[in-house]
Amino acid sequence: MAREIAQAIVDGILVGGVYALMAIGLTLIFGVLDIINIAQGVLVILGAYLSYSLFTKAHIDPFLGLLITIPAMFVLGVVIHWAFIRRLRGTERTSMTLLVTYAVALIIEGVLFKIYGADNVQLSPSYANSTVHVLGFYIGWIYIWGFVLAVALVGALYALLYRTRFGRSVRATMQDETAARLVGIDVNRVAALTFGIGVAVTAAGGMLFGATNAFNANSGYDLISRLLSIIILGGMGSVGGALGASLFMLTLESLVTVWQPTWAVAVYYAALVIVLLYRPTGLFGRKAVRAQ
Amino acid sequence: MSGTRRRETPLVTVGGASKGGGLLALAVAAVLFPLVFSNPGITNYGVLTMIFVTAATGWNIFSGNTGYISLGQAVFYGSGAYAMGIAARDWHVEGTQVFALLPLSGAVGALIAVPFGLVALRVRRHTFIVITLAVFFIFQLMAYNFWFTGGSSGLGSPFLSWPPVSYNRSFYYIALAFAAGSVLIAWLVRRSRFGLQLRAIRDDEDRARGLGVKAMRVKLSAFVISGAITAMIGAVWFYYLNQVEPQTGFNPLFDLTLVLMAFLGGYGSVSGPVLGALLIEPLTLWLNTQPAISGSVSEIVLGAIFLVVVLFLPRGIVPTGGELITKLRTRGRPAVVPATDIGPAAGSAPPSPRPGSSVSSGGAR
Repeated sequence: MAREIAQAIVDGILVGGVYALMAIGLTLIFGVLDIINIAQGVLVILGAYLSYSLFTKAHIDPFLGLLITIPAMFVLGVVIHWAFIRRLRGTERTSMTLLVTYAVALIIEGVLFKIYGADNVQLSPSYANSTVHVLGFYIGWIYIWGFVLAVALVGALYALLYRTRFGRSVRATMQDETAARLVGIDVNRVAALTFGIGVAVTAAGGMLFGATNAFNANSGYDLISRLLSIIILGGMGSVGGALGASLFMLTLESLVTVWQPTWAVAVYYAALVIVLLYRPTGLFGRKAVRAQ
Repeated sequence: MSGTRRRETPLVTVGGASKGGGLLALAVAAVLFPLVFSNPGITNYGVLTMIFVTAATGWNIFSGNTGYISLGQAVFYGSGAYAMGIAARDWHVEGTQVFALLPLSGAVGALIAVPFGLVALRVRRHTFIVITLAVFFIFQLMAYNFWFTGGSSGLGSPFLSWPPVSYNRSFYYIALAFAAGSVLIAWLVRRSRFGLQLRAIRDDEDRARGLGVKAMRVKLSAFVISGAITAMIGAVWFYYLNQVEPQTGFNPLFDLTLVLMAFLGGYGSVSGPVLGALLIEPLTLWLNTQPAISGSVSEIVLGAIFLVVVLFLPRGIVPTGGELITKLRTRGRPAVVPATDIGPAAGSAPPSPRPGSSVSSGGAR
């Protein structure tokens, strides 16, 4: 039993890294634009399908294919922002953007169903099923490489946010949009690029998700509900919080799976409800839900 | 049946004396509809549309008035359906007696709304929406996994041995009665002090609190009313279709459709969601019957309509149309200043004067 639990913790941390990548995209978008991108889940699935198509049709290795899919998803994100998000103004903006991204999700989901059908598929490069035996644990190579990639990308995002001029303007916009505007930051540009980056990480997240899970166009709902739980737990808009909450929740889920596989996914919602009852700002959040 | 009552129902923004006559005509048309079109294929549209009129109105009583957008109405819809199915199965209720279980479904909806609301209504805006979604997923998960829900194949209902024509017609009248009843409740809520409190919360919850509105109690009451209505119509829907599955009872599209209906028609007004449901539901049903665009494409179309509505008609048909009428009427009479603040609930917000507040609050925010 102790071995199973230890194995579950290792698995949880490895998968948690991948979720952290997806959740950071979501929380960045929230922090800068003050919107929740409901389409994030289905965009992950879109990223997975892109890698899948490149792999099955053009025989491009999924990790290598990211060089194509990440820029593609970045452009898609900027386009979505330009076409829909940017146009919304006024008092009802918050709810409107949520509904707009929901509608975008619906359209993407419909398109994916039309192209790929409802059958579950999985990305399966040759190394997907090989495992390595380290310190008594059996770990799939894909999980290790996925974790390495996720850590690298999260590190790159951190560097971008905390070491560059652009990152400083992103953080300034997150703190106070009006003040950022006053000191000469082009807030619209920052918003568009942030939305692009938030969507771009779904390409990598989707590839790793698709290599470790069977998926179809419907899988986005399950993903988005997990990701939303994670970013609320972490405190919406907090990048470090999203990272911590991802590792915590995935490990918790992995542990519960050992004991009760059917209900494991319920830990997200249960944790969410409990945290919000006792600490409505989330575990790492700075501020409560802003005044209306 | 409900003709005389509906006649009183105000279309909030459309002024004029023709309103009463128009509503009466609408009521008569609604009552005569299945008698004129007896084809079950067409009355099927009528039944499902009336079900959605009720559900959209139920959504609007809570979300339209308070501004808290709920994406968890399917929790009530599915629970109402499952409550009826489980009760009918375990207590061996059959035939028309099953309708006696409707109040039970309503009570189940109301009972679920209390803890649901107590958790979700502690937070606002985004977080509220996300919590409603999360609760929705919990319920879908429970429907899949509990021992008494029939798993992924769901539940069947007792058999009703009515011939198709009168089957659909009877269900149409039941659904129509629910639609009329919920519109009446929505209208009463809107006119009451309770409705005013709800709209005060929508405009500025903290200030409403400061003015003595017991915000939690008021919001929760509206949520419970909304939940009970949605659960009952969910049970009607279940008995009409004879089955419920986790995917259909707890359907994420259901919530989105309700929101779309309300936004298209006019969010917050009584007539808006009704109009939205009358337009959207037949369209969706029709799209699903077209072989060329069935399945996923109807999803795409729904999403596209949604985008168009939110981006280009964000306040809905009823308020925008009302403004248009006002504009047409006042044209050439510049002495009459058009009422520009005719939008949903705008003019009716905080009830009492607040001396000096505009200065102080303007500085603070």
